[in-house]
Amino acid sequence: MLDKLITWSRIKSPWIIHFNTGACNACDIEIVAALTPRYDMERFGVQLKGTPRHADVLVCSGPVTKQIKDRLKRIYDQMPEPKFVVAVGSCSCSGGVFDGCYSVESGIDAIIPVSAYIPGCPASPQAIIDGVVKLLATLEKKEEKR
Amino acid sequence: MPPEKGLKMRKVVIPIGPQHPALKEPESFNVTLSGERIMAFSARLGYNHRGIEKACEERTYVQDVYLVERICGICSHTHSTSFTQAVEELAALDVPKRALYIRVIIGELERIHSHLLWLGIAGHEVGFDTLLMYSWRDREVVMDILAELTGNRVNYGINVIGGVKRDLEGHHIKDISKAVDTLEERTKYYIDIATKETTLIQRLSGVGKLPHEDALSLGATGPTARASNVARDIRQDDPYAVYSELGFRIVTDNHNDVYGRTLVRLGELMETYRLIRAAVNNLPEGPIAVKAPRKIPEGEVFSRYEAPRGENVHYIKSNGTDKPERVKVRAPTLANVQTVARMLEDEQLADLPIVIAAIDPCFSCTDRMITVKDPDDSNPRGIIKWDDIRSYSIGLYRSRGVDFSLLNKKLAEKLKC
Repeated sequence: MLDKLITWSRIKSPWIIHFNTGACNACDIEIVAALTPRYDMERFGVQLKGTPRHADVLVCSGPVTKQIKDRLKRIYDQMPEPKFVVAVGSCSCSGGVFDGCYSVESGIDAIIPVSAYIPGCPASPQAIIDGVVKLLATLEKKEEKR
Repeated sequence: MPPEKGLKMRKVVIPIGPQHPALKEPESFNVTLSGERIMAFSARLGYNHRGIEKACEERTYVQDVYLVERICGICSHTHSTSFTQAVEELAALDVPKRALYIRVIIGELERIHSHLLWLGIAGHEVGFDTLLMYSWRDREVVMDILAELTGNRVNYGINVIGGVKRDLEGHHIKDISKAVDTLEERTKYYIDIATKETTLIQRLSGVGKLPHEDALSLGATGPTARASNVARDIRQDDPYAVYSELGFRIVTDNHNDVYGRTLVRLGELMETYRLIRAAVNNLPEGPIAVKAPRKIPEGEVFSRYEAPRGENVHYIKSNGTDKPERVKVRAPTLANVQTVARMLEDEQLADLPIVIAAIDPCFSCTDRMITVKDPDDSNPRGIIKWDDIRSYSIGLYRSRGVDFSLLNKKLAEKLKC
């Protein structure tokens, strides 16, 4: 019963944390734009949090640079279970134009497991909302199966 | 840290970043505090370093236009324009007037989006979230126009070497004028807030002081310098594209603080609307691009551009092939980040987010490779090798009383077993 309540509240109001893993800011401003009045992700209960310890979903943007690799792992480890990772933008999906640069590792999935990929350079706010809602829908289905 | 004798207040070092709610990008700061007062401030950059300059050398000039555009997503047009400007100068191309006008229009629309974005972030950092929501809502007007003109909201990809890719049609011009009218109305409202709202004025006044002399000696650029009454703007000092024809007027302020920087940016918005109107009305007829050669003649060139945050510089060295030999970028935040330490001297810790935000930092622009040369160093190239770093780090930790050699020995023995 309590489990059901927790899952319900998690799906109805996922708390996200945004982490820039070496992006060019383009995806980051689109993520912020998705939170502001025109797109307003808070309609779906999505709230931006300041610390990974409060968050359910880690929204990453950008290719993983060598400097950020360990920090990304640490932030992921600090998040409570169950946790989900959304990779926003082509760079975080695969490395994008920066693939092969000497200080870039590659996409996010080489470092931590990723639940949803949102491609685009940058991913538009509509795409980000679509990705997050689809992620929530899969969680709902998983819950029904259980 | 143990408390020092004779000092009433203990010194505390607070690390901020790389992940911190006040920061939108990964960078890390160390702030030494005595109570609430900031005693020392140091910044550590490089988390966003992707090695774009090196990657440019491995790609052709045409590919590089799109790569340098991704140095920064907020001021992407500034990077691609200064890069194409430089290559066009090397190849001695005569870029059509219409293309230059379109570049200026896109560049100024980008300045609107960047300044409105800054206004919102600044409001957010001082706890005025209504301003964030208002200005980001209005920002969508200019984002729509940019998407209509170029096909993408951010990273427009409109520049090509020799001109621009897309032409402006009649209905575009109508839409631009309409959007500029709406935004001008809104900006007047923000100026009204900034000059009349006492809470905002009191929160921003006297915070992050940067006197005129310090702005000059630290080499500040852009609105950060102009708010300290340094009348420096590349659009006026070294006009590129068609700014000399549009009659640019510089905006300065003598408040020397965060409040002054807000006023300068709002004033610049009004000037930008005027520039866009002038550019749209005087848009000449003609082609929008000339054919560019694949191989660029040998030479060196230096290109300057006034980005929303200050002077953006690109240096390109060509060796006569289709790939550049060296590309060097100096983004405005690198010049401005030095001033933050001066602004934060003896300030409250609570003012730190807004003081950092007031220079409108963009660390993805700034994280370039820099070689610092020590004149006393025996190594003439100023390059530190991996072994040197290693031995330096071992020495540093030994001096602090941490010795890993014992641990290493134990580990090696364990591995043998």
